Amino acid sequence: MSAAADMHEVPEVPTTRASGRWRQAFRTPGGIVGLVLMAIVTTLALLSAAGFGPDPAAQEVSEALQGPSGTHWFGTDQFGRDIFARVCSGLANSLRVAIVSVTVAALGGVLLGILAGYYQGILDRAVGVITNVLFAFPSLLLALALAATLRRSWLTVAIAIAVVYLPIFARVARGPVLTLRHAEYVLAATAVGRTRLSTLFVHVLPNILGILVVQVTLSLSWAILTEAALSFLGFGTPPPAASLGGMIYEAQTLTSVAPWMLYAPGAALILAVVGLNLLGDGLRAALDPRGGSK
Amino acid sequence: MTLIGVSILTFVLLRVVPGDQITAAYGTAAGDLSPEQLQALEAYYGLNEPLLSQYLGWLGGVLTGNLGVSATSHLSVLSMTAQSLPNTIELAVLAIGIGLVLGVPGGMLAASRPGRARDQISQLTSLVALSVPSFLLAAAVSSWLVNTIGWYPNGEGYRTLGEDPLLNLQQMLLPALVLGISIAPPILQTTRAAILAVRSEDFIRTARAKGVPARRLQVRHILRNALIPVVTMSGLQFGFLLGGALVVEQIFAIPGIGRQVLLGLEQKEYAVVQSTVLVIAVMFVLVNLLTDVIYRLVDPRVRVQ
Repeated sequence: MSAAADMHEVPEVPTTRASGRWRQAFRTPGGIVGLVLMAIVTTLALLSAAGFGPDPAAQEVSEALQGPSGTHWFGTDQFGRDIFARVCSGLANSLRVAIVSVTVAALGGVLLGILAGYYQGILDRAVGVITNVLFAFPSLLLALALAATLRRSWLTVAIAIAVVYLPIFARVARGPVLTLRHAEYVLAATAVGRTRLSTLFVHVLPNILGILVVQVTLSLSWAILTEAALSFLGFGTPPPAASLGGMIYEAQTLTSVAPWMLYAPGAALILAVVGLNLLGDGLRAALDPRGGSK
Repeated sequence: MTLIGVSILTFVLLRVVPGDQITAAYGTAAGDLSPEQLQALEAYYGLNEPLLSQYLGWLGGVLTGNLGVSATSHLSVLSMTAQSLPNTIELAVLAIGIGLVLGVPGGMLAASRPGRARDQISQLTSLVALSVPSFLLAAAVSSWLVNTIGWYPNGEGYRTLGEDPLLNLQQMLLPALVLGISIAPPILQTTRAAILAVRSEDFIRTARAKGVPARRLQVRHILRNALIPVVTMSGLQFGFLLGGALVVEQIFAIPGIGRQVLLGLEQKEYAVVQSTVLVIAVMFVLVNLLTDVIYRLVDPRVRVQ
């Protein structure tokens, strides 16, 4: 196994190398563009969440369906609500759902995955069955069934998405642990009297963080897309809260009179996802030892 | 084993849904039912039995081909599925076709000069295509068509391939295109990576050394071997399309299996959603299994191991 050969090359102080790799990730053009896009998206979302700018829920029926102008940068919708404010608020909602769901999925999935890979036995088989069952559903279908089951709110949408991505994290984390548990420095740590559990967290976990960071970035972009799809289908974040998928659904019937209603949330959604994907690609090239398709 | 888990999960999920089948079938009139009538109906739908016996009853029915009956339309789920499944399969086949037509040449183009302009452009295009959700593309394309040239075949009632082949293909064109674009990027990436991997193999160097003409080398030696992982990728995407097409089916009003789930969810029809989700999951597992088998057939090296 070449992976086992790589293990010997891990230097004593991995932090310096890690920071160098991080810088490398943001030196590629794609990585920089991704970083800038995400900075813009996050700033808009944070400003909206902090209450800056026009109120995304304020209705002014006399100003309904107006095109983009100085007062309403992206125009207004059928209730006269400011679309720029709603797009920012929708981005905040997308990011909130994505961050909560991926955090839950990553923490739960990684914990299950590394414990299963490290301790093997019945635990490994149980985790295997759970991931297989969850993998037997097309992901959007599973998220839909879960979201439809729970009471509608942004949090339940996040939980539904978390359940779908949990097995992915479990599998991504388990694989490398299977090789790492036989690595010499892991055996050495146990030999000098470290408990197996602390070896797992102190020596094994830090070595798979690179792969996990990449997985987190890509999962965030999938989570944003899934939330938007669920909201579009009417099973996501409930109105009147702004969600990008819900806005696109509302715009669909009004495109002949108010095409801007579709452009703004659509563009915001694409920019956020492209940003995350570029960032993920940059990170993968820098952090993932198997990455780099050259 | 996996399938048992799948059936338990679908069953449990839908029992937690607030609101029940009787309210779904009778609407607000359900509130006017006397306690006796309510009990009779619960007994009729089997809702008064313990969960375990409801599950076993449902599973027993499923295994003998009885997928339950819709409470609103009184159609059996089996016959509903028999009508909707062919539509979804047709859509998935067309979408895979479009995905391959876009993805394989794109991947070949990208791999022909790795790291150069054409590679970066095709990689960037596939990254953007991957980032555009299919429902956004579908909404944009259909609204653009309606507003500019006024041609929108999906506005009319859906016709199956058997009823009206010409109209059916027109109605399938847009959804298949949208889905094809969304599955082309992974196919492109797989093709590119596979060609690059095969090109650095020893047997290619040998073939080149013994003077195989460039074109023949490209097609017979490189492409044929590079297409093996592409087959696997297409199989995975096909499985994804069986269940993942539901958004596109909804937008273009294609009465496929995904739309059957959505309608069932909206009408809180346990039997329909449960059985349909189970059908999709079983097919998903079978398609993945079949992909594995085909992979073994195409690549003799795997068979040996």
